[in-house]
Amino acid sequence: MIPISAYLIVAAVLFGIGTVGVLISRNMIVVFMCVELMLNAANLALIAFSRALNIMDGHVFVFLALAVAAAEAAVGLAIVLAVYRNRETVNIDRFDMMKW
Amino acid sequence: MIDITAAGLDFSLIAPEIALLVAAFIILLTGYVRGLSNLSFTIAFIGLVVGIALSVGQWGQQASGFYGMVTCDNFGVAFKVMFASITLLVLLLGTRYMKSRGILKPEYYALLLISTMGMMVMANTTDLVVMFLGLEIMSIPLYVLAGFARRSLESNESGLKYFIMGSFASAFLLMGIAFIFGASGTTELRRIVADIGFIIDHHRIFLYTGVTLILVGFGFKVAAVPFHSWVPDVYQGAPTPVTAFFSVGPKAAGFAVLLRIFLFGFAGLAFLSSVFWVLAVLTMTIGNVLALRQKNVKRLLAYSSIAHAGYILVALAVGGENAISAAVFYLVAYAVFNLGGFAVVTLLETRSGCKSDFVELPGLSKAHPYLSAVLALFMFALSGFPPTVGFFGKFYLFAAAVKANFIWLTVIGVMNSFLSVYYYLRVIKASYIDPSEKSWAPVTYSPAMLVVLFITVIGTLGLGLFPQQLLQFAREAIFAFL
Amino acid sequence: MADYLYLIPLFPLIGFLINGLLLGKLSRSMVNLVACASVAASFVVSLLLFFDLKSLPPDSRVIEQVLFTWIPSGTLHVNFGFLLDPLSAVMILVVTGVGFLIHVYSTGYMKHDPGFGRYFAYLNLFTFSMLTLVLANNYLLMFVGWEGVGLCSYLLIGFWFEKKSASDAGKKAFIVNRIGDFGFLIGMFLIFWHVGSLDFRVVMEQAPIVFIAGSGLVTAICLLLFVGATGKSAQIPLYVWLPDAMEGPTPVSALIHAATMVTAGVYMIARTNILYMMAPDALMVVAIIGAATALFAATIGLAQNDIKRVLAYSTVSQLGYMFLACGVASFTAGIFHLMTHAFFKALLFLGAGSVIHAMSEQQDMRYMGGLKKYLPITYITFLLATLAISGIPGFSGFFSKDEILWKSFSSANGHPILWAIGFVTAGLTAFYMFRLVYMTFHGKERMDDETRKHIHESPYSMTVPLMVLGVLSVIGGWIGIPHIFGATNYFEHWLEPVMAAGKHFAPVHTAAAESGGASTEWMLMILTVVFVLAAIFIAYLFYNKRTELATAWRQRLTGVHNLLLNKYYVDEIYGAIIVRPVINLSLFLWKVVDVVFIDGFINGFATMYDGSSEFMSKMQTGRVRSYATLFVIGVVILIAYMVME
Repeated sequence: MIPISAYLIVAAVLFGIGTVGVLISRNMIVVFMCVELMLNAANLALIAFSRALNIMDGHVFVFLALAVAAAEAAVGLAIVLAVYRNRETVNIDRFDMMKW
Repeated sequence: MIDITAAGLDFSLIAPEIALLVAAFIILLTGYVRGLSNLSFTIAFIGLVVGIALSVGQWGQQASGFYGMVTCDNFGVAFKVMFASITLLVLLLGTRYMKSRGILKPEYYALLLISTMGMMVMANTTDLVVMFLGLEIMSIPLYVLAGFARRSLESNESGLKYFIMGSFASAFLLMGIAFIFGASGTTELRRIVADIGFIIDHHRIFLYTGVTLILVGFGFKVAAVPFHSWVPDVYQGAPTPVTAFFSVGPKAAGFAVLLRIFLFGFAGLAFLSSVFWVLAVLTMTIGNVLALRQKNVKRLLAYSSIAHAGYILVALAVGGENAISAAVFYLVAYAVFNLGGFAVVTLLETRSGCKSDFVELPGLSKAHPYLSAVLALFMFALSGFPPTVGFFGKFYLFAAAVKANFIWLTVIGVMNSFLSVYYYLRVIKASYIDPSEKSWAPVTYSPAMLVVLFITVIGTLGLGLFPQQLLQFAREAIFAFL
Repeated sequence: MADYLYLIPLFPLIGFLINGLLLGKLSRSMVNLVACASVAASFVVSLLLFFDLKSLPPDSRVIEQVLFTWIPSGTLHVNFGFLLDPLSAVMILVVTGVGFLIHVYSTGYMKHDPGFGRYFAYLNLFTFSMLTLVLANNYLLMFVGWEGVGLCSYLLIGFWFEKKSASDAGKKAFIVNRIGDFGFLIGMFLIFWHVGSLDFRVVMEQAPIVFIAGSGLVTAICLLLFVGATGKSAQIPLYVWLPDAMEGPTPVSALIHAATMVTAGVYMIARTNILYMMAPDALMVVAIIGAATALFAATIGLAQNDIKRVLAYSTVSQLGYMFLACGVASFTAGIFHLMTHAFFKALLFLGAGSVIHAMSEQQDMRYMGGLKKYLPITYITFLLATLAISGIPGFSGFFSKDEILWKSFSSANGHPILWAIGFVTAGLTAFYMFRLVYMTFHGKERMDDETRKHIHESPYSMTVPLMVLGVLSVIGGWIGIPHIFGATNYFEHWLEPVMAAGKHFAPVHTAAAESGGASTEWMLMILTVVFVLAAIFIAYLFYNKRTELATAWRQRLTGVHNLLLNKYYVDEIYGAIIVRPVINLSLFLWKVVDVVFIDGFINGFATMYDGSSEFMSKMQTGRVRSYATLFVIGVVILIAYMVME
């Protein structure tokens, strides 16, 4: 039996990788995928807790979260596409027209 | 308190949400059908009016349904009415603008309605997961709306930034909910309240981490410092009616949820008060300081919206009946005069090539004395002058703070609101005093815009002269909430 | 008749609405008519109500009219109501009476200004706000009026906003007043917190029960309210805005920055007298600040050459007198001086306006002189006001100033040093006022020929108000003749009911000190008069011969000596040992203390605010990654804090 702490550590590591990825990556597609990674880390934590507590609720929440992530992905990719058409770049640091 | 065991699929509890959803679907279905496409506005309008009517019908009802996932109480109903009314005003003030920019499409209405529905879902529950779902239903259309002007580089950038930061914050929120679930075995706030002592004793770390991450997730939506930095860029780039919507709708929804979670769910965690104390001070101060040097009215209003979020955070630090009703009062008041301010900005931007920079304002008072007087009124309301409702919003908040012995917080808040006068007056100065060089391109009013201006002016002044009705409403709204 | 109390502020409000909404649509004479008639109507109602009040027995001279319940929620219960008692009756008569005269004067003064509609709308709005301030029956409504007059003052100082100095001055006034308001607001919060009401009558009744006399709390409240008063009434350290406020049109200076608005602080303290009587320490601070301001401003006034600036510093100085009176627990004397000051200072400003009008907008006294024969009416009325402010026996200023000086000597809260400061200031006042008169109206004509050709006496619309105010400046003091002249002090009796409750807390030996001092009072009075006359004589010596003196000095500086130098040997000694140090000192106070320290502090604060804004906005880089970084830093700090809990 693998203890719950192991799952949580994996979830935390995934979440951390995602966060750091958002901070350091310049490519907006990679940034986007890192956010997905963070969401999945949360999903993993939910399932781990659900399993440890022996409550099914957590599993159901994960399905809801997946649906949300899918919707976000659809909208996000559409935005990236629209942006790319106008600017022909996916370097996120180039988008600083509005500042100060 | 409402009985949790009440179960069953009681669709009357989510009737307003259904109304909005149906209206949105009808718009999507008919929007591109020849001959029906002009009906989109009407359908959206009817949907919202029906939504408001159904929400009002729920007033005074205390019920729970969908196995505890939906809770209908006055607090939620008050916010639902508020959201739908805000959307109605945005609809009226924005149509002309969107048309003039060539971006008036049926989706615009559908997205606004779905986003509003998301807010209603948020306000209408005591379950964290449903709140998360509501938040996403609200946010995803907002990402699209921010980038709605597809050809405009600013709008692109706005949508992109909002999307990245928003989904980033959502990840934190979901993680927080996972931790709360792990700590307490439930996401239902009423169950958590019942067991809070046990949870603190046994799962302290999970609980605290979860609470923090939830605070971060919703703090992002209300633009609390340090989770605020997206606000100015997104507000400035988005089409102005959408910005008007951003500045009041999602913010009110975020506060509805924050009030519920932190003053009801986790009221047992006393140290949260000091966290909110710091957040409130940071948010109002940094918002005001940043607003000082802005050269664009939209961006200035964005920073000012951060500062106003700071004032409302005072209520979260203070807690208690007075503070919550003051926060509800403030949110309504802020919605009225901030929408009014954005209505004027929108009106000015319908002139071609205008981006509402300060340099465009001089000459306004000569060319349109009434419009500039209205703008000045909203600026006075934003800075909290009597006899506008802005004064009483701040007055009740700070009075509640003083009563609960938060003297320093009040002092800092009052000082902040005095400092904020300076930049609001800059708008008035620009439109009244600065010399105008160019000739002034005329503004044409649309009937819908006149209605919006009329409502907001009457609201700002009327509620300022007779604030007791609104306060009474706010007090009833939080009845049975604690 | 009492039911018509609300009409008093209503009329100017209607005037404002008509002139404001129909801006640019009404003819000039129509605007003038609306503006003046609305204030005149208020004055008539005020007068009728005054007689109404007078017919009541002294103890029940209170008319309160609650129009509606403004904020009835929970513990905060605020009525929108007006309160007429002897104190507010005096104030409304002054505000509407002097206000009406200044409105009439303005019709002449602003005849050639294109912005006349806006001007009269603001002026009416000001009158409305000021009447709301003095008639309010609670602190909150008073604060509304307080902010309203501040706003009008800001708008009117910056009336000629094309001039940068004018709009800067408007801003300065606004910012400095905000600092004061902050104190007022906190004081108000504290009162509400402890008393549970903001109603004047409730606060006054409850105060002896709720507060402990001499406690830190009541002292703190009084000091905070006083901070508000220092802002509005231009006392140290917040007086800096008033001299700059002279950028506005001259009738505005007369109405707002001399006769009415700036006295709001004095009125507020008199209104709150019971709290102040319970806080002797706060009273002492008020007295010291008042006396210090009186002296400080008077010395600065000695060195100014701009006719309006002399009057501005003089106003600051006279306001100092009023606060001195309040500070020695003689609120009656303070209000009395407020009233007489309103007459003669309004007259001085209007006279100065008439001079400036005649001189084609020249304000520098060095280019005036000899105007006596061109402007006879202005000259005579101006002279009457000067005699009044100098405190020549028989004129209004004499009675009020003398009462203040006597009280600051004899009152239990007074002190001989306070008297001495007031005494010196009286001399300085006489000196700089007569310097002004001599430089402006006497001696050689120093203006250029072009200006001289245009000098003309002002039209009747301007001179008639001058004459009315001239009469008032002379007789205005006769209602408060001191007891030692064997007359009845009507003014003191009139205000007695308002001050009665506070008297309870006065130290007991007051009566003894006053009764034993009749001979002392005579002595001090004569001493003051002699000193004032001496000061006037010195002014005559210096400034009626200034031309010769200046020539002599010039010649000496170019190395050419002549007999004239010895002839003026006495003058030179005076110049070296008295005038020059005083001028240097006042230059020092003005240039260093005022400009560098006090302005510097306020500007420094603004710079800091601005600088931090610039620094912080650099953090808004526009890049999402830096935003996310800030976000994560926030999360880390929060989690660290939570885990530590």
